Amino acid sequence: MEGFNVITKKHFIVGGIFLILILLFLMPFYAKPYLVISLTNILMYIILTVSWVIFSGPTHYISLASAAFFGVGIYTSALLGKTLPLTVVVVTGGFASFILAFFIGLLTLRLRGMYFIIFTFSISELIRHSLLWWETNVTGTVGRWVVMVSHNTVYYIILTIFMITFIIAYIIRRSRVGLALRCIGEQEEAAIHIGINSTLIKTFTFAISALFMGSTGAIMATRWTYIDPRIAFDPHLSFMPVLMAIFGGTIHLYGPLLGATIFAYLEEILTTKFPYYYMLLFGAILIVVILFLPHGLFGMIQKRLKGGPK
Amino acid sequence: MFETILNIIIAGLIMGGIYALIAVGLSLQYGVGRVLNISHGEFIMIGAFATWSLYTLLGISPLLSLIICGPFLFFLGFIIHRTLFQYLRGKSESMGAFADSSLLASFGLLFIIQNIALLIWKADLRGYSYLNSPVNILGAIFTANRIVALFFAVIISLVFYLFLSHTRMGKAIRASAEDPMIAQVMGVNIHRMLAICFGLGALMAGFAGPLISMMYEIQPTMGIEYTIIAIIVVVLGGLGSITGSLIGGFSLGLIGSIVTYFNPGLSLIAYYVIFILLLLIRPTGILGK
Repeated sequence: MEGFNVITKKHFIVGGIFLILILLFLMPFYAKPYLVISLTNILMYIILTVSWVIFSGPTHYISLASAAFFGVGIYTSALLGKTLPLTVVVVTGGFASFILAFFIGLLTLRLRGMYFIIFTFSISELIRHSLLWWETNVTGTVGRWVVMVSHNTVYYIILTIFMITFIIAYIIRRSRVGLALRCIGEQEEAAIHIGINSTLIKTFTFAISALFMGSTGAIMATRWTYIDPRIAFDPHLSFMPVLMAIFGGTIHLYGPLLGATIFAYLEEILTTKFPYYYMLLFGAILIVVILFLPHGLFGMIQKRLKGGPK
Repeated sequence: MFETILNIIIAGLIMGGIYALIAVGLSLQYGVGRVLNISHGEFIMIGAFATWSLYTLLGISPLLSLIICGPFLFFLGFIIHRTLFQYLRGKSESMGAFADSSLLASFGLLFIIQNIALLIWKADLRGYSYLNSPVNILGAIFTANRIVALFFAVIISLVFYLFLSHTRMGKAIRASAEDPMIAQVMGVNIHRMLAICFGLGALMAGFAGPLISMMYEIQPTMGIEYTIIAIIVVVLGGLGSITGSLIGGFSLGLIGSIVTYFNPGLSLIAYYVIFILLLLIRPTGILGK
């Protein structure tokens, strides 16, 4: 029987992922445009969630600044979209967020737990309100137009960002940096004592996770054509990645992937089918998940399959 | 000149009174129960809209609504803590984990309450006029309802402060905030006490709601703004410190009033800037340990 076991579980998973990627890449050729558009939306949420998990998953620092990084990407696209080629805009958007996150990271090093959560939230709200104030009182025009791009181009770019995000997230998780992050999450003082440069690693990882959010914002802006600070820095986009990640579970990288996919799909169905009860259902699901799935959906599946850790 | 300054100060005190009231509620919920209740503003919103409905439909005076909304929301808060948060607390591995998960659960509450309010009252701005006659205080002119609101905010805060510092239950609450385990050993029924604290937080929201509806226009999505202000005040005064929240509320109101005098659009931005600077320089707040 040993001889038959050439195809191991690992090969199987790699093969499966490869197959799914090919299917995803060929999507615009066989699927309806509507499906491509909604898949773009789902991929956006997946990228936001996975990049949120890169930093917040292992360290347990819950960041509510995703909207800020996403919004910076959107504004980069609105400002540069008319003059520069799309790929340059996307990369620039990412790096603009990277720099912002780097400075926020440097500032917030002293804060932990509740303070960090509130701080990141208020930074993103501060940017939103300041921009709104600036546009109404100084420039006199609220909102901007963004150059339109075809659905398929948006789809391919976002799929590429998704793959890069996932690979980077995987590499970070498997590397020494990932171990250091987990160490910081368990006991930060001990981590510092065994020689981990906690400051550097936290700031750097935080900035990396913002990089992907920013570039996603830059490309998604072209979908919406019109943007203003309320759309670009919508606090909803700070909460969603957190909820999706917790829903999916952050112990394994597939958790946020699964959580974001299901949640984004659910959001689409709920907003179209039950527009008046959408928030109600959403809130109820959220509470149920927190009460009964503390390790997320993937944690539960893993537990069922293996008898799991604990 | 004197009138302008007086105007700014009184307007600041009026805002500050409301801020202090809502912040004390939030501070109690976080300081004792470790629940950073993001849906705090939604309780205020319920109070405000209930008052509006009672006044426009039945003609019940907003001041009478204080006595109706307060106890009702206390009861609602008590039940929510008894079911949702008590269960969550029992299941959490550590206090830190409970703080995070209760924060997220209160987000869920926010969505649910806001959606129900939108279904009942629709998304429009609502308002009514009550005690609208102008009052002249040494040359500074205010509508009577604002002065009444300030009066009630001060009285309620004062009574609440005396309740916490002098009654048996107040002492039990402070003991539970200090150390839940020891409080329990000393014979405090901790779960009941935590639920009462959460209820008292909602009670404060239930008092603030009617007062706010007397002065400003209201809408079902107004809650989050008040929650954010309450969080800022609570951090300003030191997490969990009731006296700190009272002082913090009035100081933020005064700051807001000064900024509004120079540029009305900037007050919220000023709050955020103060808040962020405060977190960076002195995260424990004015009276924090």
